[in-house]
Amino acid sequence: MEFTEDQITRYSRHILLPEVGGKGQKKIAKARILIVGAGGLGSPAALYLAAAGVGTIGLIDSDVVDLSNLQRQVIHQTPDLGRPKVISAKEKIQALNPDVTVLTYQDRFTSKNALELVKAYDIVIDGVDNFPAKFLINDACVFADKPLVHGGILRFEGRVTTIVPRKSACYRCIFKHPPPPGLIASCQEAGVIGVLAGIIGTIQATEALKLILGIGRPLTDRLLDFDGRRTAFREIKTRRNPHCPLCGDRPTITELFDHDPETCAVKVTSNA
Amino acid sequence: MQVKINGKPEEVQGTTVLDLLKAKNIDPQMVAVELNSTMLERDRLATTLVKEGDQLEFLFYMGGGR
Repeated sequence: MEFTEDQITRYSRHILLPEVGGKGQKKIAKARILIVGAGGLGSPAALYLAAAGVGTIGLIDSDVVDLSNLQRQVIHQTPDLGRPKVISAKEKIQALNPDVTVLTYQDRFTSKNALELVKAYDIVIDGVDNFPAKFLINDACVFADKPLVHGGILRFEGRVTTIVPRKSACYRCIFKHPPPPGLIASCQEAGVIGVLAGIIGTIQATEALKLILGIGRPLTDRLLDFDGRRTAFREIKTRRNPHCPLCGDRPTITELFDHDPETCAVKVTSNA
Repeated sequence: MQVKINGKPEEVQGTTVLDLLKAKNIDPQMVAVELNSTMLERDRLATTLVKEGDQLEFLFYMGGGR
């Protein structure tokens, strides 16, 4: 594969970097990234990965664009209201960079389709808003042995971690199961400062690019927590947990399953 | 004795991890607890004593993304 003159110009600021160069840019062009959820985290991740020249971006989301999404889901715009998010996102990506092949799945990510989808990609980005889906993405990536860049945002706080299955801590090594339904608020219930999606989603995109290029130090075995009120990051060291029900010594989870959907009752405690 | 909780030094009395959570009004179901970089199983919260210099992380679930 050779780059055209236009492509060399388009990616020149990457190619100038010794860690990337023409060779690295070709790796990016060959990469296949699945973004689960074309919303808050998925929007900035998709836009930056598209700009970076990622060859294939897969988008799965069953929703249509709602007015309340536009405060943070920057890939969607006012004229997109009511349109499927994956279609809206695909158009923006292709307008930004026609080099990118965008595959869309207007569907929910479930235990039925998860494994097949994840297997078709090199790296997965978690941009979903609920725990059942976050656990399912983690499980599918561990079973398919695909690196996962996990992200979460709520109110003024965000969290990112990179999971390289069976080499670093998975989500279940830390949180074995989803919280009891109704105990933890979601964005819909508790609110979120819109820019947080950009901060966390672009860190996820950075992690994905590093994995593609094989450079730097991945955010594995570390949780990176961001507090937007104080503008402070904090890193929490983690490690693989021998008691992990998924990737531990005696796993109890041996196939994909869907956790019960979350209920919407909010119970906010003083420390939440 | 002094311990670190979520990176901040705190003075606590001799206590179990579960008592510490209760004193902070944290429902144990809402957090994963890490003691000195190792996950602490939920059924051991009540029997694990906090020691001088321990580093505890009370990790809250963070679920949003959309």
